[in-house]
Order: sequence, then C-alpha cells, then structure tokens
Amino acid sequence: MSVLEIKNLHVNVETDQGTREILRGVDLVVNEGEIHAIMGPNGSGKSTLAYTIAGHPKYHVVQGEILLDGENVLKMTVDARARAGLFLAMQYPVEIPGVTVTNFLRTAKTAIDGEAPAIRGWVKDVRESMSNLKMDSAFAERNVNEGFSGGEKKRNEILQLELLKPRFAVLDETDSGLDVDALRIVSEGVNRAKANTGLGILLITHYTRILRYITPDFVHVFVGGRIAEQGGRELADRLEEEGYDRFQVAEAAAE
Amino acid sequence: MPAQMTSTAMPTAEQHGFRPHSDGAFVPVQTRSERFRSVNVEDFAPVTGREHEWKLSPVAAFADLTSGVLDGSRVEIETTVRHAQDGADATGVDVSWIGRDDARVGRTGIPEERASANAWSTFGEALLITVTGEDEKTAAVTRHGLGDAPRAAHTVIEAAPNSRGLIVLRGTGEARLSENVEIVVGEGASLTVVSLQEWSDDAVHLASHFARLGRDSFLKHIVVSLGGKVVRVNPSTHLAEQGSDVEALGLYFADAGQHLEQQVFVHHDAPHTRSRVTYKGALQGAGARTVWVGDVLIGNAAVGTDSYEQNRNLVLTDGTRADSVPNLEIETGDIEGAGHASATGRFDDEQLFYLMARGIREDEARRLVVRGFLTEVVQKIGSPDLEKRLIAAIEAELEGR
Ligand SMILES: Nc1ncnc2c1ncn2[C@@H]1O[C@H](COP(=O)(O)OP(=O)(O)OP(=O)(O)O)[C@@H](O)[C@H]1O
Ligand SMILES: [Mg+2]
Repeated sequence: MSVLEIKNLHVNVETDQGTREILRGVDLVVNEGEIHAIMGPNGSGKSTLAYTIAGHPKYHVVQGEILLDGENVLKMTVDARARAGLFLAMQYPVEIPGVTVTNFLRTAKTAIDGEAPAIRGWVKDVRESMSNLKMDSAFAERNVNEGFSGGEKKRNEILQLELLKPRFAVLDETDSGLDVDALRIVSEGVNRAKANTGLGILLITHYTRILRYITPDFVHVFVGGRIAEQGGRELADRLEEEGYDRFQVAEAAAE
Repeated sequence: MPAQMTSTAMPTAEQHGFRPHSDGAFVPVQTRSERFRSVNVEDFAPVTGREHEWKLSPVAAFADLTSGVLDGSRVEIETTVRHAQDGADATGVDVSWIGRDDARVGRTGIPEERASANAWSTFGEALLITVTGEDEKTAAVTRHGLGDAPRAAHTVIEAAPNSRGLIVLRGTGEARLSENVEIVVGEGASLTVVSLQEWSDDAVHLASHFARLGRDSFLKHIVVSLGGKVVRVNPSTHLAEQGSDVEALGLYFADAGQHLEQQVFVHHDAPHTRSRVTYKGALQGAGARTVWVGDVLIGNAAVGTDSYEQNRNLVLTDGTRADSVPNLEIETGDIEGAGHASATGRFDDEQLFYLMARGIREDEARRLVVRGFLTEVVQKIGSPDLEKRLIAAIEAELEGR
C-alpha cells in the first residue's frame, strides 16, 4: 500500500524583497485511495505546498521531509517525481506553443511508462478520455493549453490525470472557474481515475461545492503556512458557514 | 542600367527610428526608399563596417565578397520538379540561363549595398526559373559545393500571371557567395520561395532578394538559415500593385561562432496591400550571433495597408547575442493597421517545469519547447515534405550542443 508522507515541512521562496517563509511546519499523511481536502484563505500557502511536492525550483525546502513509500522525494528531480507516481494538476496550467496535445500526451506517457504505449490502444484511450471529459477531438491537434479557456485547461489537466495514472495527485483548485456542468464532468473524471487506479488525492479548494461530487475522507484547514485543524466532511460545511476568522485569530494570537 | 541616385546620405541607426511629429503622427527622418542604390560596385565606397547596413555584420570575414574580384561564371545546379500532391514528376517550372543584358534581368530592385552591387556587376549569366500553370508544384534548385573562391550569382524567379508553385533555392557544402535573387510575381499568381541555407561550417553567403508583386498576387517568402559561418539574407518586397500580399517568414538556428543575419524590408506602395513578417530564431553556444532588422515602409499610395512584423529569439545558452530592430515608417494616415513586435528571451522555465512535471526528462522537454517555438514558422510553409525535413534539421541542430 502506497503512502505519501509530509513531515514538518518548512518552505521559503526568494522574492525581490528577500527570503519569505511560506510553509511553516506542514504534517500530512495521505494513504493510497484516500481523499484529503485542503481548504484555506488566499495566500495561506496551499499552492506552495502543491508546487513543493512537484519540485518547482522556486520553492526551497529548509526543513522537513516528503516521502513516497519511504523514498526521499526531495532528492528527486521534477521529472523523476512524476515518474515515481506524483501528479500535480496546476491552478494555472502553462501554455506550450507549437507542441500539440497529442504529441505532449504521447511523450509524457512514454516517459512515465518507460516505453512507448501500443499505438492502437493508446489512441483509443485518449479518444475515450477526451470524450468522457466532453473535450472536442479537435483539442488533440491544438497546442497545449494555448488559447484554451480556463475550464478547458482544467479538463486538460484531468485528461492527463486519467491517462498518466499516477499514484498520488495534487489537484490545485481544479474546480475554480468551472461552471456547474464542467464541475460535474471534471469531478467524474477524478472519481473515475480513483476507481481505476486507487490513487490518493490531495484536493485543494475554496468551495464545498466540489465536495458534493468528490467525497473527502479528511478535511484540513490550512492557515498561515500550516494545518490549523483537521476533521471529516462536516468541517468543510462549517468552514463554508463561518469562514476562516476563528483560525486566523488563533494564528495571530500564536505569533 | 542607370544607377538610381536619390540620396548619398547614409542614415544612422538613430535616424531610422521615429520622431514624434507635432500633430502626433510619427514621421521618419529619412525614408528607406531614399537609400542610395546602384548596380555598379564602384558607386559604393569601400566597406568599413560603420555603414548602417553593415554595422551589425562581421565585415572582415567577407572582405573578398564586398571588394574582391568575384567569379561570375555559372554555378552548378541540380533541379527536381514534383507535383505537390503525389510527388510525381511535374512540369510548369523551367530552368534556364539567360544573358546579363536580357530584358528579364533588373525588373525588381537595385542593390543597396556593396556586396550586392559587386555580385550584380560581375555575374555572367542569370539563372531563370519560370513558373507557369495553375496546378501546385514544387521545384527544388540545389547549389552544392561552390568551392572556397569568392563567387557571384544572379537568379530571376518569375511566376506567370495566375500561376502557382513553390520554389526551394537551397545551398549546401562549401561557398563564398554573394548573390542577388529577383522574384517577379505576376498578376494573381501565388508563389512560395524558400531560401534554404544548409551550407557547411565555413561557408559565407550574402544574398539580397528583390521581390516585386503584381496586382492581387501573393508571395510567401521563407528564409531558413541553419548552416554556414556567416549567412546574411536580406529580402526586400515591393508591394507594387493593388491587393498584393506578402507573408515573409524566417527561421534560423545559430550555433557557436555562427553569424546569421536578415534585414527584411517591405515596401507598401499600392492600395490595399498586406504584409505579415514573422521571423523566429534560436541561439545556442558561445558566440552564436543573430541579427534581424525589419523595415516596413508604408508609402503615400498605400491606403488601406494592413501590416504586421515580428521577430522572436530564443536564447538557449550564455554567450550569445541577438539583435532585433523593427522599424516602421508611415507616410499615409489612411491605413488599416500596422504593428510590430520584437522579443528576445531565455527559455521559459515554467514551460520546462510543466513538461517535466509530466515525467518528461529535461533534455527532451527543452527539445520540445524549442521545437515548438520554431515550429510555428515551419507549420506555415505549406509543404509537408519540407516541413518534415526542417523539423529533422532543427532536431539535429539541438543535438549538436
Ligand atoms: N514565487 C513567489 N514569489 C513571491 N511570493 C510568492 C511566490 N509564491 C508564493 N508567494 C507568496 O506566498 C504566499 C502563499 O502563496 P500560495 O500561492 O501558496 O497561496 P495559496 O494558498 O495557494 O493562495 P490562493 O488561494 O490565492 O491560490 C502568498 O503570499 C504569495 O504571494
Ligand atoms: Mg493557490
């Protein structure tokens, strides 16, 4: 059974104004097949956590560990982390001019599996996943994320999640900017991926509406660069009603 | 042939920019069309490297071409003509040699610098490539191994009214060549000309292309420079008749020690003409050097002009230098649009991160991004065979790191 462990994680980012401490001791354990929702105010460090797991060079880990089945993830390059089974659906997916979705998907799949996928099965898988996500087949020949609407970019992230079959996925505000239909379609995609591969999910969100479709096993409240409280589904509802004030006051008092 | 002497003053780089006019419009100090021009090399002073048209070029590397005696005899060529659709042998493109006094020479433009004039003064015969017929066909004219002695060449490409075709003028092997290429696009014709520089490492190639577009004609002009020590291809397009349209594309990849230059000039000189200039280049390795100068002149007569030019350079390593200089001169207020963009940048690390976060190794991710960057131009060529070949050539350049 796979497990992703984050232990006492402290992360800094270099800014023009100097070094800034963003994550201040995050502890989190995600087991295979579990869904953890992370909710927290803007700027609390949720994306920083996501990027740090994926290995973005801008974020410097100054203390703590990330382990995937006991292996030190922090020692791995970005691509090695992906090949080890980690996946990040980005809050703002990047445009890659001149690289088609088809070419990109095939290259990524080949890299992750260590061999090129059998052509016929692969083409069928791609077509099926696209149609499940209600993506027009014309997207296959478009350049990655170029000119995609916000919602189309998010579908494209989930398309990759379905096709690349990671062991753990971090979904950074995959629900933001989606209309009700798209939200349902994307959520179904995530649930399908989980049903097929049993992956563990770290779901970063501001809204409980996605939790109606994707049921979390745990909810974590993220404030000031660390987890301030954890609970079950009911915690999300409480947050939606009360906001984060309670935690931020506590946070300020602790400073 | 009479030299056209409109002005002997050489503008400086500063003079080529804009100066705000009191009514808010931009008026250039001296227009590009007033540059000194002559077919006679003796009319130009010896090249010092300070002249506006040479100041970004390594003039010492090719003094033989600007001031030496050139061999103006025929260069050996190899020609194939094929149907665009099925690749079968085709007709409709004829290649022959004509005398320097032939009336078909000198209809498109006149040299604006000494290397071009030197070639014009000394070429013996001109290579004439004529395109006729409305079916799509592709002709490849290859010059291979021109040796290490300085040479002159002159080529006239003529597309008959309403004809269609794609001409690839390719250079491989050794060369020290200064040449002029005239392109005459007849009324209603649609012509693509690809100048493909795949010379060997020590080659020097200086070329001036002069295109004149007839009424409602279309020219796609593509400069692809990959091989050679110094390659300078300067295409000028005269949109001389109503409704003419040019798409000028360029693609270059400079390695260590390579100088690749292009000075692109588009002259809107008739109503409702259109131009799109897109040049993209990559630089990799110490001393890799590229120059792009894009001049667009929208003349008095060119009402309803629609023009846009852009140059983008991707810097892959330290120690490279890319110059990118767009100039826009507008003499009429009555235009549809005119714009330019120029950018030289490093590799986008966010693109790299995105690809690597999907398991793709760094070197392959870089390849994908560079290839993608240049592919935008390749995709516009409109010849699948050539596109495939060029993508392979770009990959080879990338691996040569
Ligand atoms: N590269 C960076 N340079 C400077 N500051 C940064 C950088 N990345 C993050 N930060 C800062 O760190 C803090 C946390 O940012 P982060 O994006 O992790 O927040 P978030 O919780 O994801 O917020 P949101 O809900 O708005 O997405 C913010 O104050 C942000 O401005
Ligand atoms: Mg965020």
